[in-house]
Amino acid sequence: MSVSRYALSVWSRNLALYRRTWKLNILPNFFEPLLYLVSIGIGVGAYVTEMAGMSYVAFLAPGLVAVAAMNGASFEVTYNAFVRMNFEKTYAAMLTTPIQPDDVLAGEILWAVTRSCIYGGCFWIVVSAVGLAPLPAALLALPLIPLTGLLFAALGIAFSLRIPSIDLFSFYFTLFLTPLFLFSDVFFPLQERLSGAWLWVAEALPLLHPVRLIRHAFRGEWAPVLVWDLAYILVLSAALLALAARVTRRRLAA
Amino acid sequence: MNEKVGTPEILYADPRQMTLPSPRRSVEPDPSAPIIACEGVAKRYGAQLAVDHIDLVVPPGACFGLLGPNGAGKTTTLRMIYGATQPSAGTIRVFGLDVVQETRSVRMRLGVTLQENALNEVLSAVENLRIFARYHRLPRADVERRIEELLDFLELRSHATLPVRALSGGFQRRLAIAVSLIHRPELLILDEPTTGLDPAVRLALWDRIRALRRNGTTVLLTTHYMDEAQRLCDQLAILSAGRIVAEGAPGALIREHLALQALELDLGLAEQTKALGELHDVRRLRSGSRVVLFADDATALLETLRQRGGIGDPSAVVVRPANLEDVFLALTGTALEAGA
Repeated sequence: MSVSRYALSVWSRNLALYRRTWKLNILPNFFEPLLYLVSIGIGVGAYVTEMAGMSYVAFLAPGLVAVAAMNGASFEVTYNAFVRMNFEKTYAAMLTTPIQPDDVLAGEILWAVTRSCIYGGCFWIVVSAVGLAPLPAALLALPLIPLTGLLFAALGIAFSLRIPSIDLFSFYFTLFLTPLFLFSDVFFPLQERLSGAWLWVAEALPLLHPVRLIRHAFRGEWAPVLVWDLAYILVLSAALLALAARVTRRRLAA
Repeated sequence: MNEKVGTPEILYADPRQMTLPSPRRSVEPDPSAPIIACEGVAKRYGAQLAVDHIDLVVPPGACFGLLGPNGAGKTTTLRMIYGATQPSAGTIRVFGLDVVQETRSVRMRLGVTLQENALNEVLSAVENLRIFARYHRLPRADVERRIEELLDFLELRSHATLPVRALSGGFQRRLAIAVSLIHRPELLILDEPTTGLDPAVRLALWDRIRALRRNGTTVLLTTHYMDEAQRLCDQLAILSAGRIVAEGAPGALIREHLALQALELDLGLAEQTKALGELHDVRRLRSGSRVVLFADDATALLETLRQRGGIGDPSAVVVRPANLEDVFLALTGTALEAGA
């Protein structure tokens, strides 16, 4: 890859557009976690005495921080990136300037990570404000938010670069991100519900790893499995980004 | 080319041109070295050869026009020249630099206006200009001054702060050109700059392109408007099916491929055979019953035909100067017949 400071030009273009609408955009970022925490955490939680050794709403909170980071990154590299590439011709215009395809990709990933920080960060603030993020331990979750963003930016862009039509994103969201949301330790501990072989299968789910990392961070606990979680995120992101760089060069420079 | 057609004299004294400083010049060993030099350039997409081994030289300060029907390979050629896509064969040097090896350095010194305006529609003209300044990573202090210059130069000031989507097509086009000038390029590449614009806007844009040239900017444009090519360009290459089929100054192309004048007639097929059968050395274009004959003295030719009684409907007879459109049609479209 020949990523350069021009990647920052791509990033700052997205920032300039976001700054036009951030006041409208950022408000839902604060409401969404509240809705989940109240409905599922407190509503459903009232019927659950405890989960994995804690109150249900405390179990839920760190998982939802990871989900927020996932969503923040995913929207940017799917619908938004696809529109910029295929409809608004933003990338075609960038490639008339010193910006190169690798810069476009790096700038978009950096921006998706930024959005994941905004989403995940808002969620974290709400969760901390209602006392569900024990400080200072929960501060350890903060660097995990951009890491989660990176993973889902890489997954999303790899998908976006390969599909011919924008309609296919509904598959990505409904058949990929939604199942991840429901079956990645966010709402219930997989460990207690799945038998041996299935637990190994579950380790393939991308969201499981950020959720486990952030939950441990909230508790201020360390476990050897977290090395595997970190390695999973870094290796899969790197592999997907290398693939995306190849496809970007081919598609943008065809 | 001097501005001989359709440009009122007053525009030459236009003070706006004073606001546009000369493009940045880097050290060139030879001031007459070509700005663009393509050698044996080809581009293949699968089984299709979009550009078929072309040679092209654009000298500094020229306005060079690439003409051709849709699908002739004009846009692909441009994209190879500014390094958005790599040639399958051949070499392209821009400012003496190999485009494939030194894409970034080349793109720092040229500006491109794409066929479709790639503007951010929710942002204003000024904000769009700032975004392109960021793409070039221009120093912030220079950018605001440059934006002021461009707002004047392309007459964008009246609507500079409105969202682009609220602006007319002509205004958006001018802005698209402005963003490609933000870094004071030495070479401006325009892909069909006036397609879809009304005549008044086209005239205004031509004037701005001429003003840029007076400041020393080299211009490479594609068009399928022959009048545009004839008025704006001092050198042309006509592209057909990926090949250059003719090249030269507009006037020379007309003289070389046809003749000075054109005689248009409406003739039935039988009349055509009868009247034109013996005119072996007269070049002609035919589209149904409309026949165009080319001669340096069309009036004399008309007289010859009249004596033979072969001019068809006299009210349909037109004598006019041969133009680039005739050359274009002759080379790319309607079959050109040059006697037996």
